[in-house]
Amino acid sequence: MNFPENLKYSDDHEWILIEGNVATIGITDYAQSELGDIVFVDINPDLADVHAGETLGTIEAVKTVSDILVPFNGKIIEINKALADAPEDVNTDPYGKGWMIKIEISDPSEIEKLLDVETYKILIGQ
Amino acid sequence: MKKTKLFNVHQKLGAKIVDFAGYQMPVQYSSIIAEHKDVRNSVGVFDVSHMGEIFILGKRALDFVQEITVNDASKLTLGRVQYSAMCYKDGGIVDDLLVYKLNDERFMLVVNASNIEKDYNWMIENNSFGVDIINESDEYSLLAIQGPNSKDVLQKICDKNLDIKYYHFFNANVAGVDMIVSRTGYTGELGYEIYFKGDESVAENVWNNIFEAGEEFEIKPVGLGARDTLRLEMGFCLYGNDIDKTTNPLEAGLGWITKLKKNHFIAKEILLKIKEVGLKRKLVPLETEERVFPRRGYDLTAGGRKIGNVTSGTVSPILEKSIALGYVEKDFAYEGTTVNFMIRGKEVPAKVVKLPFVKK
Repeated sequence: MNFPENLKYSDDHEWILIEGNVATIGITDYAQSELGDIVFVDINPDLADVHAGETLGTIEAVKTVSDILVPFNGKIIEINKALADAPEDVNTDPYGKGWMIKIEISDPSEIEKLLDVETYKILIGQ
Repeated sequence: MKKTKLFNVHQKLGAKIVDFAGYQMPVQYSSIIAEHKDVRNSVGVFDVSHMGEIFILGKRALDFVQEITVNDASKLTLGRVQYSAMCYKDGGIVDDLLVYKLNDERFMLVVNASNIEKDYNWMIENNSFGVDIINESDEYSLLAIQGPNSKDVLQKICDKNLDIKYYHFFNANVAGVDMIVSRTGYTGELGYEIYFKGDESVAENVWNNIFEAGEEFEIKPVGLGARDTLRLEMGFCLYGNDIDKTTNPLEAGLGWITKLKKNHFIAKEILLKIKEVGLKRKLVPLETEERVFPRRGYDLTAGGRKIGNVTSGTVSPILEKSIALGYVEKDFAYEGTTVNFMIRGKEVPAKVVKLPFVKK
């Protein structure tokens, strides 16, 4: 399994790419592997201002359903619309084409709470 | 937690292993959807050795089987298999099963893994026929070879001609092992199920021979995940989901195996009464064009109220559409009727359709 070192991670098995005050969010290779075949990614398009812990949508896999959670406060600026037609991108390219949302970060200090790659690997027992 | 004799093989293949019905079973090797398509398009192999094999022996073996099952076992000739169910006195289902007539005084009952102990004990309780009831579930391995190329694969290593009809079986030698070869399965495809005894090395040898024979067809191992999506595309019931002790075979759409004209069987009186009074609800196949995933337990609604619930659901890998089985009140149990899946507080329209979902 692959866990890029330039990313941050959350307890909810999301990865976060920080570029300036914009965070791109998706689910980790571990998360996609645990979920198995993903058939729908349903992201609520109405959300603008979002709060840490809020559910942004759902990921429906053949075996189970999982929530997409926001790791920190911010404002949604983009969602990956391509996933509506190609949800399998989350399985095949979780850190690339499988990205889900871009958020403008409200409070940069919240980034400090995210996990680095080593801590995340310990969390999942790798 | 028990393991099948092929556990090490599954681990080496990198299968995702889950606890299922007291066994550590492979749920998928690569991807449920890919394995599903392998079976529909070519051929796949399932280790379903967790299933139970209970033998009924004795002069009155047939009488006993007739008493505990709802189908008419007297119609079975040698070499034939019958799909059937066992029901409690109140009509609730103990289990669904396959009945093999091995000879006049010997039947093999193949039951669900999760029910082996319960079924065995229930059979003992109802044995007023002096038959021997022998649970050989731990001795037998069971592999299902399923898919349009299954015959061509198995024929290479089987000493008998595999041109037999659906729900027929024979004893044959496959890869040097004497076994029961049965033209049955849980996928709706051409396929065979093979029952054999022996330790890990025997089972691994049979498995390896099948995979060698299937190489030209790109034969693949298939896990329980795809087994579930394959059976659901055909609308086959799964015990614990679509049928259980709270459902009777008539409302579950198993009237075709429930022979109420047969002399006597345990649930006959109550099932006759249920039929006379009329069913309150029915298990129906549902389909929707919406991009939702109907899951077991979701409510079914119509006219703003609950009228039933989903018992099995998935997104069909072949139709790329959401399909489900669920119980609805009888007034809604007609093809073409619209009901709703209640999904996270939202009603999503679905239609009652006809089985199978995937036409063969």
